[in-house]
Amino acid sequence: MTEFLLAASGFVLAMVSLGLIRVLRGPGNADRMMAAQLLGTGGIAGLLLLGTAAGAGATADVALTLALLATFAAIAFVKKGSSRSPDAPQSGT
Amino acid sequence: MSAAVDLFTIVAVSAGVFFFLAGTVGLLRFPDTLTRLHALTKADNLGLGLVVLGLLPRAAGPVGVLKLVCVWLLVLLGSAAVSQLIARAVRNEGPGA
Amino acid sequence: MTTWESFDIVLAVLVLPLAFWTIAARETFVAVVSYVAYGLLLALVWVRLGAPDVALAVAAIGSGLSGVLLLGTAARLRDVEEQAAAARPSLLLRVIAAVLSVTVAAGLAVALQFLPDPAPTLAPVAARNLAATGVGNPVTAVLMAFRAMDTLLEKVVLMLALVGVWSLAPDRVWGGRQGPRHQADPQGMLVFLARLLPPVGVVVGVYLLWVSADEPGGAFQGSTILAAMWLLAMLAGLTDTPPVSSRRLRLALIAGPAVFLLVGLGGLWLGDSFLSYPAAWAKTLIVVIEIGMLLTVGLTLALLVAGPPERSARQ
Repeated sequence: MTEFLLAASGFVLAMVSLGLIRVLRGPGNADRMMAAQLLGTGGIAGLLLLGTAAGAGATADVALTLALLATFAAIAFVKKGSSRSPDAPQSGT
Repeated sequence: MSAAVDLFTIVAVSAGVFFFLAGTVGLLRFPDTLTRLHALTKADNLGLGLVVLGLLPRAAGPVGVLKLVCVWLLVLLGSAAVSQLIARAVRNEGPGA
Repeated sequence: MTTWESFDIVLAVLVLPLAFWTIAARETFVAVVSYVAYGLLLALVWVRLGAPDVALAVAAIGSGLSGVLLLGTAARLRDVEEQAAAARPSLLLRVIAAVLSVTVAAGLAVALQFLPDPAPTLAPVAARNLAATGVGNPVTAVLMAFRAMDTLLEKVVLMLALVGVWSLAPDRVWGGRQGPRHQADPQGMLVFLARLLPPVGVVVGVYLLWVSADEPGGAFQGSTILAAMWLLAMLAGLTDTPPVSSRRLRLALIAGPAVFLLVGLGGLWLGDSFLSYPAAWAKTLIVVIEIGMLLTVGLTLALLVAGPPERSARQ
């Protein structure tokens, strides 16, 4: 079971890191942010799997922190990554 | 009993990992920003959800279960909102946003 | 090869190209995204190394807040990015820098191989005296009891950094509000999220502080989450940065180091030396200091990310 969880964790991490190729290719900043978002979610999944495999209870706390901060960072990216000036009123955002 | 629980974990985690694979493939291969976004959200919701479901039997007590579910709910909420915002940014500025 | 070793190799193979790409990327935005991704994977490495407290700090600050700070910088520099790229140092200089960096890294790697096997460390001494501090988490004991002086000085350094950011204000908005005024559709997604997430974040942040006594956590990590939640509310336009000249803000910023200092001076008066805690009161004092730190560090980190003052206090 430990080996399976570790293998699953490693596989998920490898997958979402592959997704980072999208950061290279673009073509726009939105695609790059999406790749980072995928890495965030995959990282949380990999972290939870790793924590359960290692039997460490604190990894759920790290995953909670990651979830909150990843959401915050993604929103800041969307706000600041778009080329509009930051305090123009944006429809729907 | 324990073997059934282990089997449940293996099945659920494998399904979750499959969705992460699908999400990555979608992100890399789909032709358009918005379709890629669609693939991404599948990984976020189902991928992480199935992984968390598979890990629930091995969590450390009721607080552990609560934390795992909270992580999934937070990611669900955050990724749903961020996907909306990214989609609107793409719509407002065109695909080269 | 065991599964653990394969996993470690997979992690290393993922982290190193990301680090390389962060430096080699042409566009600043790409570099910042790579940096955030790198911080995320590094948090995993720390968990694998058995240091959840450090993993928390890296996930919160290295990946989250620093990423946003760098992104804000990249946004400001967008206009001059072409000029900056044109002013790159010569090839010879870059080669020399690369050779130096590789030499240092290789030297460190070699030195690590030749460390004496029980490496010289104070960890067993700290572990033996853990009971005297009243806390169960050795990281908290080191940060808040054995090396409390360092932690106090770190808080002062943070305050000085904030004063530095404040001093970047142009004359006409001296003492004004930091950062731009954000606006968002009140019926929109961002405001919805900014109303829903901060209460959860506050609970998690305070929880991390509370649990740091006996489990991995920490006041610093908790305050980073609080700062991120406040910044989220700012990004949605639900709240605004306070004017730098506000007295309440300044009092709140001093509160943390002041409490720390008072406890330290109390130790001088009631105990053996500066920052000594009377044995029966150790844990209470530590918690009191950490609460003060949570408030001050949370405020400071959020204001550091918000940027220098751009608007006058009346706006």
